[in-house]
Amino acid sequence: MAEYVLETKNLGISFGGLKAAQNVNISIEKGEIYGLIGPNGAGKTTIFNLLTGVYKPTTGTFMLNGENLTGLSEQAINRKGIARTFQNIRLFNNMSVIRNVMVGLHNNPEFKCTAIESMFRLPRHFASEKAMRERAKEILRIFDLEEERNNLACNLPYGKQRKLEIARALATSPKLLLLDEPAAGMNPNETAELMDTVRLIRDKFDVTVLLIEHDLKFVVGLCNRVTVLNFGTVLAQESVAEALSNPAVVEAYIGK
Amino acid sequence: MIRGKNIKWKDFINYAVIAVVTIIFGSLSVTGNLASSTQFLLEKMSIAILMAISLSLVVGFLGELSLGHAGFMCVGAYLGGKVAAVLAQSMGNSIVTLILSVLVGGAVAAVCGVVIGLPALRLKGDYLAIVTLAFGEIVKSIFQNTSFESFGGTLGLSTPRYDKKVLFIIGFVLVIICLAVIQNLIRSKHGRAITAIRDNEIAAKAMGINVTKYKLLAFTVSACFAGIGGVLYSWSNYTVQSSNFGYNYSIEILVMVVLGGMGNINGGILAATLITYLNTTLATVLTGDLAVLQNLVYALILIVIVIYNNSPALKSFRERYNLKALLHKIKLVKHDPMRVKDDEAVWDRVPTKIAMDEILSVDTKVRTSVAEKGDPYESEGED
Amino acid sequence: MDFITTLINGLSLGGIYAMIALGYTMVYGIAKMLNFAHGDIIMVGGYTIFVVLGLSGNPILATVAAIIVCVVLGVTIEKIAYKPLRGASPLAVLITAIGVSYLLQSLAQIIFGSAQKIVIVADMGTVTLGSVSISVSTLVTLGCTVLVMVVLTLFVKFTKTGRAMVAVSEDRGAAQLMGINVNRIITITFAIGSALAALAGLFYLMKSPGLTTTLGAMPGIKAFTAAVIGGIGSVPGAMLGGILLGVVECISYKITAIAPYTDAIEFSILIIILLVKPTGFLGKKRREKV
Repeated sequence: MAEYVLETKNLGISFGGLKAAQNVNISIEKGEIYGLIGPNGAGKTTIFNLLTGVYKPTTGTFMLNGENLTGLSEQAINRKGIARTFQNIRLFNNMSVIRNVMVGLHNNPEFKCTAIESMFRLPRHFASEKAMRERAKEILRIFDLEEERNNLACNLPYGKQRKLEIARALATSPKLLLLDEPAAGMNPNETAELMDTVRLIRDKFDVTVLLIEHDLKFVVGLCNRVTVLNFGTVLAQESVAEALSNPAVVEAYIGK
Repeated sequence: MIRGKNIKWKDFINYAVIAVVTIIFGSLSVTGNLASSTQFLLEKMSIAILMAISLSLVVGFLGELSLGHAGFMCVGAYLGGKVAAVLAQSMGNSIVTLILSVLVGGAVAAVCGVVIGLPALRLKGDYLAIVTLAFGEIVKSIFQNTSFESFGGTLGLSTPRYDKKVLFIIGFVLVIICLAVIQNLIRSKHGRAITAIRDNEIAAKAMGINVTKYKLLAFTVSACFAGIGGVLYSWSNYTVQSSNFGYNYSIEILVMVVLGGMGNINGGILAATLITYLNTTLATVLTGDLAVLQNLVYALILIVIVIYNNSPALKSFRERYNLKALLHKIKLVKHDPMRVKDDEAVWDRVPTKIAMDEILSVDTKVRTSVAEKGDPYESEGED
Repeated sequence: MDFITTLINGLSLGGIYAMIALGYTMVYGIAKMLNFAHGDIIMVGGYTIFVVLGLSGNPILATVAAIIVCVVLGVTIEKIAYKPLRGASPLAVLITAIGVSYLLQSLAQIIFGSAQKIVIVADMGTVTLGSVSISVSTLVTLGCTVLVMVVLTLFVKFTKTGRAMVAVSEDRGAAQLMGINVNRIITITFAIGSALAALAGLFYLMKSPGLTTTLGAMPGIKAFTAAVIGGIGSVPGAMLGGILLGVVECISYKITAIAPYTDAIEFSILIIILLVKPTGFLGKKRREKV
């Protein structure tokens, strides 16, 4: 059972009478880049919100490496190893780029230092700050953001903001990374570059990736398997090529 | 934080200035060359600075509006004052009595900070502001209705008066301690967590930040120092009257923080000093009903500054004519428009914690990059 | 029959609170801001009544004048202080509103002095029904409040402007796209809120004739409490909350043991309600979208 990084069982949520997602069963193997696609309003982001604890599922469970995380808080789920980015970028706009990443490193046991130690500037404060800064720089280097590390996050161009969000999520050293429309608003060059980056981080950080994307080229280029959602239910769950030739999927996207 | 050596001194300049001022006035005072009114003014300044720094942690860095800061001060003043009054009978007005009363007042106020921090976990913005306001009023009303023997009731609590020659020195030492603790806290991973919550609470949670812990921490530390400010007040006056710690005083502290600039501790210190000085000077000039002229001026300052700093329509004007751009123009500072100091906050970028609806409306659209918002420092660089 | 007297006094005080709370709730619903200066508009209304009554001796003329002054003032404040901040951080708007409140109080004190003024609007005596004796002004207050609320509810439900107000409070952007002049609606809301505040000032003076520059501060905060208890943004909620709070206050004042703590009790109710049910009794739950 534990061979899957993420395993959801009959996961579902309803808001009042609206079943935003129901009976979602997804199993993702370690090191996989898995796609979650479907037309607008299909419930993709809802699934992300369920997996990160923003919403509590009304039915079903989900497990990370065999451990049941259903019902935990957002913070707890992140610490267990699921990190995410947001469809509408949510950076800490008033903070510099490097500080954004350092917030991601906050819970890393390597940089442990209590508030009292910081308030009174005990030695461990300096050691952990320095180490955090170095680690943050390393992560930024991978995303080619090291030069901009002292700029305010909101001053970055859009594409770099998306990258920074991924960098920040990776800083929490997740086992599973959820990317919500990472290529939205990017031009074809940036998208191609992003595809390489996603593969690179999969290998380098040893993470498994679950992504939502409307750009089907991006999905085809990265994912082996996808789940297609429509109206909160799973429409198809197979390899990318099969999914895209499935008549039900085509109908959901472009109608009859 | 490890930084380049050339800028590191900047982080300590505020301590240095306060220390030098304290030493100068302290030596004048001890040798008997300082007027008693100046000593009293300095005491008031140290209290105001304590209040402003502590409030700035909650308003400027956590991004929550607290309208009951004077309530914490009230708790500190009464509890610390009571301890002082009791101990002074056996131990006299010694420094030990003062330290003990400061510890008690600070601790009790900190507990109140936890209590008021708890609603902050569920409430935001306007609602939280009202809860803090209600807290301040409740505290006031409770102390007003105590018996004469316990806390003096409507007559107020009589407290011992500390030696005027030294009290302001102790006050400024406390200011330096408060400054160090809060500034150190902000410039650490914990401070980053607090500012992250201010900037985007949802993202902070998603990054595994324990929002509960940090909100409570900010409220507790802030309340603790406000309580210490209250104890200092009780030592600096013969009676503690709960009516002095009402909503109006909370607003006065808020004016100091706003005047100093959001998330700018040094600005808050300057504003607190200036306002206290003006209060005292104007009090001798303006008597009777004219005394409110001063409140009128504060109100106007508050309105004008906030509108000037925040109005979307004045944005381009503001970018062209501000202090930074001016200094840049006369080449006093080397200014890189893209870079800012990391704990400064600009209000129009602090997300709209208060209006849930605005967050909702922003989220339903795909945000068309920062280009739409504009780079706040753009035109500065062109000048 | 002391209890019935207390209850009717409570209902009447509650009516005043409800009237102020309506101003808070409508402005909050439509402009999405907490108008801290709302309580001080009551005070301005009170002083207008004081001046006009002194000049003419006609309470109706005084009331009309108070309504006009308050409406002009409310709309002016909105135009000068709040409109430039539309789209800015709500924290900034809130602080500006606090500044305006402060400004009005100090202006009033400079003009009229801090000494209390006694304003007798109209001496209407009391009526006695069996063992219950109630002052006529209390009944007038109660009657007027009910009338105002019925008219306001009908206005919001059945007029074009009223429906536009609902639309703006639901979704400002969409309302604008539907051709609703949002600025105009906000102005109208401030005007209505201020007119209600003027009436509240009148009834407040009828209840207790003492007039000071801080007249509006406490009722303002309490009415806000009422608005929150009922659910902010909800018109019937404001009425419910106001009346509830007024009754609680009057009953609390009657019980000697807790009478001095009445304010503390009311604020504790506020805190408890916010913690247990932040949306109030009739408020709508809003969920932050992620």
